[in-house]
Amino acid sequence: MNLEPERYEFLEPPLYRFELDRRDFFKALGLGVLIVVTRPADAQRRDMPDEIGAWLHIGEDGVVSVYTGKAEMGQNIRTSLAQGVSEELRVPLESIRMIMADTDLVPYDAGTFGSRSTPYMAPQLRKAAVAARELLLQRAAEQWKVDPASVTVAAGKVSHAASKRSATYAELAHGQKLMKAISGESAAPPTGASAPKVNGRDFVTGRHKYTSDLRLPGMLYGKVLRPPAFGAKLASVDKQSAEAIAGATVVHDGDFAGVAAPDELTAERALSALRAQWKQSPAEGSNATLYDDLRRTAENSESVHSAGSVEQGTAAAAHRLKQTYRVAYIAHCPLEPRAALAQWTGGKLTVWTGSQRPFGVRSELAKAFQLDEKQVRVIIPDTGSGYGGKHSGEAAIEAARLARAAGKPVKLLWTREEEFTWAYFRPAGVIDVSAAISKDGTLSAWEFHNYNSGASGIRTLYNIPNQKIEFHRSESPLRQGSYRALAATANHFARESAMDEAAHLAGMDPLEFRRRNLEDARLLAVLNTVAEEFGWPGAKPAGIACGFEKGGYVASCAEVDVDRSSGKVKVTRIVTAFECGAVVNPEHLRNQIEGAVIMGIGGALFEAIEFENGTIRNAGFSGYRVPRFADTPVLGTVLVDRKDLPSAGAGETPIVCVAPAIGNAIFRASGVRLRSLPLLPKGVLPHT
Amino acid sequence: MANVKQLRVNGASVKIDAHPERSLLSVLRDDLDLTGAKYGCGEGQCGACTVLVAGRAVRSCITSVGEVAAKEITTIEGLAKNGRLHPVQQAFLDDDALQCGYCTPGMVLAAVALLEKTPNPTQQQIVSAMQGNICRCGTYPRIARAITKASRSAV
Repeated sequence: MNLEPERYEFLEPPLYRFELDRRDFFKALGLGVLIVVTRPADAQRRDMPDEIGAWLHIGEDGVVSVYTGKAEMGQNIRTSLAQGVSEELRVPLESIRMIMADTDLVPYDAGTFGSRSTPYMAPQLRKAAVAARELLLQRAAEQWKVDPASVTVAAGKVSHAASKRSATYAELAHGQKLMKAISGESAAPPTGASAPKVNGRDFVTGRHKYTSDLRLPGMLYGKVLRPPAFGAKLASVDKQSAEAIAGATVVHDGDFAGVAAPDELTAERALSALRAQWKQSPAEGSNATLYDDLRRTAENSESVHSAGSVEQGTAAAAHRLKQTYRVAYIAHCPLEPRAALAQWTGGKLTVWTGSQRPFGVRSELAKAFQLDEKQVRVIIPDTGSGYGGKHSGEAAIEAARLARAAGKPVKLLWTREEEFTWAYFRPAGVIDVSAAISKDGTLSAWEFHNYNSGASGIRTLYNIPNQKIEFHRSESPLRQGSYRALAATANHFARESAMDEAAHLAGMDPLEFRRRNLEDARLLAVLNTVAEEFGWPGAKPAGIACGFEKGGYVASCAEVDVDRSSGKVKVTRIVTAFECGAVVNPEHLRNQIEGAVIMGIGGALFEAIEFENGTIRNAGFSGYRVPRFADTPVLGTVLVDRKDLPSAGAGETPIVCVAPAIGNAIFRASGVRLRSLPLLPKGVLPHT
Repeated sequence: MANVKQLRVNGASVKIDAHPERSLLSVLRDDLDLTGAKYGCGEGQCGACTVLVAGRAVRSCITSVGEVAAKEITTIEGLAKNGRLHPVQQAFLDDDALQCGYCTPGMVLAAVALLEKTPNPTQQQIVSAMQGNICRCGTYPRIARAITKASRSAV
């Protein structure tokens, strides 16, 4: 799989060879029907064997179980993945057992990121269900000695109308080892019915156990001693006082120091009792110098795309635009902070943790403790969100280290401050855009440089003959990595703000300017749809933006109220049109779009990590503002359902047009052009 | 100060033995295994720890167990009666007013407290009452709709 350059937190994904052994499978899962879905490995590596994507099992009890390495963290794939299976197997949705993200039980999966579950995992599972249905149908036809074409499947039963015979899946699976390996290429499109969250009741009653809710007998609570600043190294630790506390286990191992105790209060006391000496290293960087630093430390550029000659395209231009846009570091702020529960039994390590990469975390643990991966089991309970921020297994490693020393299970919960400080951020960035506009309003040249933020969404679908698009890696003063939509948010902010500025120079309406420069039918479709739904240009000042990412096409219109005397800005309405091929679950798709838009408001208006001297200055919700009820505008969402196209994912793309639509609206309302995210760090327009 | 030996939770008396300055959140979660109330920030800023004390929404992470020793505490586990969901819980389910679900218990209880005080809240009253509860997944419009729906159904 091609990883975007800004996925800094990843190591090379391990390639996994899996030998299909019929006996092992049925021994582990029980007799019955088994479908194994293979998928070709990375298209660029045709020498590698097919990987297994998922398996589906129907037991002698008739229970349908689906095994997938994908993890659930609010994007509702536990429901949408099961929908396809329930539709093709003609059984109720609630009867499907989804076994997800347990490395002992499910096939290898690189991780739940990149909006891949819907386009890749869902068709595999659908196809597996079809294959299972056909196997059962065949079995019945053989048993009854009838033509398979005369056998039908409905409501969990196989029937032969002519002879009035029928059998349940359980009856057909009894004593059988029916197995088929299929390749999960294409599948029938989804029916597109909304289905409620399969285990929703557990969440509204508090029954669902997140990692932080789990307990094991004899469990201890763990805490880690954190450095006073980034780059500080542990020089020495006096453990005496801490060790004297009854029930406390104290660990000092190289750079790591931590404690575990039978209750949290004792653990806190033990942690406070550690006397540590730190070797500080001067940590570079602060908000004040950030953007200059990113530019100054830029390495060789990577040309992402070039066409024609930007110089020539610019020469005869009627208008020229040259601007710089900036985006701050922001934090994911998953409401459930990192947590892990680790247990060593015999030579095996089991860790429950909220992560998007169960196999990635397993690999991290195996390396950290010099174990074979077979000796490590990682289990991901349905988790309290991730947004790309939970790819790494810090808490898992910390809990496991303490558990090994204590000889007891250890539950380790990161505080909110730790989650703000010791995870990774969405990269900050500087983006230079130059554009040349002809007299007729068409773009004749486009040059786009992204420093540090990333290359996702850096290419444009606008029809521009001369282009130069480059990504430059820089030295980041803060740890950075994946975040919902990666750099597509930053690149769309820069591009769609620049497009708006170009339209202004050309004296054209922003919508008309975009249409003039666009031929891509799918992008035009969402652009026109949102304009119509919004009522563009509308009675109040508004901005528009459109884009494309991960197979999804999106366009947003934002409307704002600006009070010129106080500088206060209120976003009153945001309408979004979204097209991702065939829609699987319309209601959950709307939920994702609305959620992404609301999250995007934060990054657009007020979210920013403040740092200096190697510390985060606003490592809590009092200093780092996230969107709340009062920040929610009226939302409109239009789904453009293309049943004729394969389904793409939708967890990320709807976020990308929020910031530029709002920025463009503010310009319309006030004449003030803001080129830095967050647009209103002080909550009001800057004094001009 | 003496340890707190008893609490009234979800209509029943439960035995505990807790230092009075411990947070109510930690006692509920660690001593009573009532894990519905969640840790989100530890400083009363996110609302994930919300429980009801004498019917009022309270941030249990910044409330000491000593403060509530003699009061009626309601957690998310105590809302449904005889297997029937509270109208707010049912409305959240019906309207898909959750994604990852971590904020949900706190949201539900804050909404229950609001409806007790203001049975037919306006949108503005909902926003004001719920402003202390964060949903990072961004389901605010759905939650607001669910609360309005619940306010219209007979309790």
